[in-house]
Amino acid sequence: MTFLATLAPMVGSVRTEEFTPPGPGDFNLPPIGPDKTFEFLGQTMYLGVTKPMIQLVLVALLVFAFFRVAGAKRAMVPGKLQYVGEAGYGFVRNSIGRDIIGSQDFMRFVPYLFALFFFILINNFLGTIPFFEFPTMGRVGIVYSLALISWLIYNYVGIKKHGFFGYFKHQTIPGGVTGPVLVLIVPLEFFSNIIVRPVTLALRLFANMFAGHLLLILFALGGEYLLVHGEGLVKVVGPVAWIMFIAVAFLEVLIQFLQAYVFVLLNATYIQGALAEEH
Amino acid sequence: MFVIPLAGEEKLNPLIPHPIEIVLSLVVFGLLFFAVKKFVVPNFEKTFAERTQAIEGGLEAAESKQKEADEKLAELEKQLADARHEAARIREDAREQGAQIVAEMREQAQTESARIVDHGKAQIEAERQQAVTSLRAEVGTLATSLAGRIVGESLDDDERSTRVVDRFLADLETIESAQAAVQPDGR
Repeated sequence: MTFLATLAPMVGSVRTEEFTPPGPGDFNLPPIGPDKTFEFLGQTMYLGVTKPMIQLVLVALLVFAFFRVAGAKRAMVPGKLQYVGEAGYGFVRNSIGRDIIGSQDFMRFVPYLFALFFFILINNFLGTIPFFEFPTMGRVGIVYSLALISWLIYNYVGIKKHGFFGYFKHQTIPGGVTGPVLVLIVPLEFFSNIIVRPVTLALRLFANMFAGHLLLILFALGGEYLLVHGEGLVKVVGPVAWIMFIAVAFLEVLIQFLQAYVFVLLNATYIQGALAEEH
Repeated sequence: MFVIPLAGEEKLNPLIPHPIEIVLSLVVFGLLFFAVKKFVVPNFEKTFAERTQAIEGGLEAAESKQKEADEKLAELEKQLADARHEAARIREDAREQGAQIVAEMREQAQTESARIVDHGKAQIEAERQQAVTSLRAEVGTLATSLAGRIVGESLDDDERSTRVVDRFLADLETIESAQAAVQPDGR
């Protein structure tokens, strides 16, 4: 935008004050039906069924239905549908579950990792799929609960395996560290492994989806604004912004996949770390 | 120089979660998790296990087939070796038989040749005997007539001439037998 601003006096003029850049408001979609609101933590929030809520339920149904149908036939030589289902399931089961957690324990986490991966992946993809075009994980509340589940699971399995104090010793004292340096290490490790993990896990996914969508809105609306309200050569820049929109949309698809993958991969890593015998 | 106004009038903090979304997300994901765990994962696991089993079963079958084939091959090789052995034995027998036949034939031929030789010798001896007898008769006659001619007197007196010849022959035989008596040990 600063580039455009410096360019503007030379080739034409844009009435910048009329353009409303995209912001958090674009994620605060009004509910279907009457606009009721309520106050929560100093924020005014809509009360009602909103687009991300519908998407959330829809994706859950879709993921379940697809894999249920794909896996139901159980043919020895799979058809196309079964093959795709098995490839998706096998990817999470083997490359994330078995390779990270290890072949001894991984099987009991496979349903969780599998459901989580495709739940996040398809919700992310909705940010690019036409007619939806809203990343469900751009709503922070939804991501917080997924991070909360992850936090509960890895701490639970860790405590169950090592005992309450054994687990905290396991998570806060790295192997081989002794002496006064522990005074420094223990709070640091506790902070990093117990407190920060769920926060970074949630924010990484949320911020990527949020920023990506913001960028897409910016290119779409900015291009339109320049085309409609720009004068002279500035009009030409509008379609260029739309070309950028398409390029960024493809980049977004990659990021959507990567973020879903990273989220589940970190989940598996945390579980593995909690279950590990020694550092 | 270029101020971006914030969207909307009230300031929205995107990091503050919507409580309904938190609860909804927990519930929806929870339901998805249980549904997947109960209805999806077992299907795939069963398929994988069955496939593994099918492949292992196939391998086992192939292995047993291979073993069977190996056994059959060994048996055939054994049969072949037996046949070769048998052939060699038969050849050996034939050679022995041939050699025996040849030896027999040679022996027969030798006996036959010996018989022929003996027969020839006997014949020769007989002919010699005959020749000696006829010679003895003729030599006497010839010698008397020759001597008669030389001495000029008739020696046709049979009695005398026979005596002379006999004496001569007797002399001859004594010389011969003396020589024979000396010779057997001789030299």
